[in-house]
Amino acid sequence: MFAHEFVRNAYLAGTFIALGCGVVGWFVVLRGQLFAGDALTHVAFVGAIAAAVLGFDERVGLFVLTLAVAGGMAALGSRGQADDVVIGTVFAWILGIGVLLLAVLATSPQGGTGVAAANTLFGSIYSLSAAGSRVAAVIGLAVSAGVVLALRPLLLTTLDSELAAVRGVPVRAVGVGFLALLAVVTAESTQAVGALLLLGLLAAPAGAAHRLTASPYRGLALSALIAVAAVWGGLALSYEFAALPPSSAIIGLAGAGYAAATLFAGARMRRRQGR
Amino acid sequence: MTPTISLNPIDDLGALLTFPFMVNALEAGTIVAVLAAVVGWYMVLRRQSFAGHTLSVMAFPGAAGAALAGLPTALGYYLACGAAALFMGGARGSRGLGARGRGYGTETATIATVQTVGLATGYLFLSLNHAVLGGTETLLFGTFLGVSRGQVLTLLVVALAALALVALATRPLLLETIDPEAARARGLPVAALDLGFLLVLALAVAATSQITGALLVFALLVAPPAAAQQLTMRPGLGLVLSVVFALVVVWLGLGVAYFSIYPVGFYVTSFAFAVYLAARLWHARARRPHGHHSA
Repeated sequence: MFAHEFVRNAYLAGTFIALGCGVVGWFVVLRGQLFAGDALTHVAFVGAIAAAVLGFDERVGLFVLTLAVAGGMAALGSRGQADDVVIGTVFAWILGIGVLLLAVLATSPQGGTGVAAANTLFGSIYSLSAAGSRVAAVIGLAVSAGVVLALRPLLLTTLDSELAAVRGVPVRAVGVGFLALLAVVTAESTQAVGALLLLGLLAAPAGAAHRLTASPYRGLALSALIAVAAVWGGLALSYEFAALPPSSAIIGLAGAGYAAATLFAGARMRRRQGR
Repeated sequence: MTPTISLNPIDDLGALLTFPFMVNALEAGTIVAVLAAVVGWYMVLRRQSFAGHTLSVMAFPGAAGAALAGLPTALGYYLACGAAALFMGGARGSRGLGARGRGYGTETATIATVQTVGLATGYLFLSLNHAVLGGTETLLFGTFLGVSRGQVLTLLVVALAALALVALATRPLLLETIDPEAARARGLPVAALDLGFLLVLALAVAATSQITGALLVFALLVAPPAAAQQLTMRPGLGLVLSVVFALVVVWLGLGVAYFSIYPVGFYVTSFAFAVYLAARLWHARARRPHGHHSA
């Protein structure tokens, strides 16, 4: 299987995207910002479509719009987070714009919208170029490094923002910075797993890790590990069964991992309670 | 062949209503607006927008699965939404964890996982059915224009059932939402109420999704109720306002979309967002202290 370049590219990009999602996702879950992450992934889709309409490279649209909206959410919320309803209404509105843009695109000479839309929504990891997959790997690595470097301020501002403020940690800046990292990993990962499924890579491995351990170091490592395992397994399965789309396989495995962790944690708790 | 707007409302309305499909669309839109506004009001109050969004997205695997299995689409919608509600309601954070403790994070992780696994399954169904290019957009963004008489009647029945359930359970539901501890102390079946509400929400979402599409039902479920709650927290007035806003949004959206080449979903969402913004601005100005009044 690895004789094919498109497979090697997929594994390269996928591994580091999984790393980034696992690491960032662990904090997204802890900070209760999954809904904001959900919104950002949908925004990423609209960004790609907008770029296609305006004639830019899709990736430019992805990154620009996602970062802009992340900034907006951070600005509208306290301590760099955003309110439930604000997120919901803003991104429903942005999706409305996405609908408009899709309609515009469909009537424009570019055509081929269906494929472009499906790729952005559900990913096209096997169509990454060698250069593209290298970029994805670098970004994934950089984002993970960013989180690890900022581990202590991130943990402190998440778990006890008042104490953090007292200690001089710039809570709002950390919040904004984190959303920016989330925006970057979202935009980049859209190409691999697609805007609609990316949330699964952010949530499921991290959720599993949180069910299994409270330790940040073990949790981060576990989250990254499960994410990478899901990507490797998903890619292998979709290579074996051509009818199975890679992104579906990856998310299916990630979800199964979360379910398994939930069941295991539940059983462990019942054992400890002596039942 | 886009009809031209004559700027005379009576004429325009008359033009709209000559077409049966438009009448169906308006009726369906009205029913959906009322249903979404009422159920959404509780959803926003309970801060369950994320769960609501996830349910709305379940319409996608539901429709795709139904197409693959040769079942009616509506049935697929209801089954998928119901299943998701069961998974989410059944997998709440383990006992002993507080609302804002670790339980909070993992509960959203459950919702997010259900959502994406559902979408991934839907994509798989779609791929297996070789319908990747065509079906996706309609499923996600929907159409008001293509609604049959039968659909309108089904919607009416579902809406009446859901609204009846909500009306019956409104007092315990409100108490449990605002003060779960007090509710528990009074012996209210909190877990059952939670799951029950999620199921009603699933019903409302499945019904609405068939018309507005999976991704935009949220515009009706969140924006009008949220706008209403900016203006008042009283349930009676809030529910009425929520319904009024939703109706205005849907009627305007349908009306404008008729004369435009752009899709209905865009207009409905934009108007919904505008209503919410307006309500927020109103709320902010009403709150601002007047300098020359005594504090």
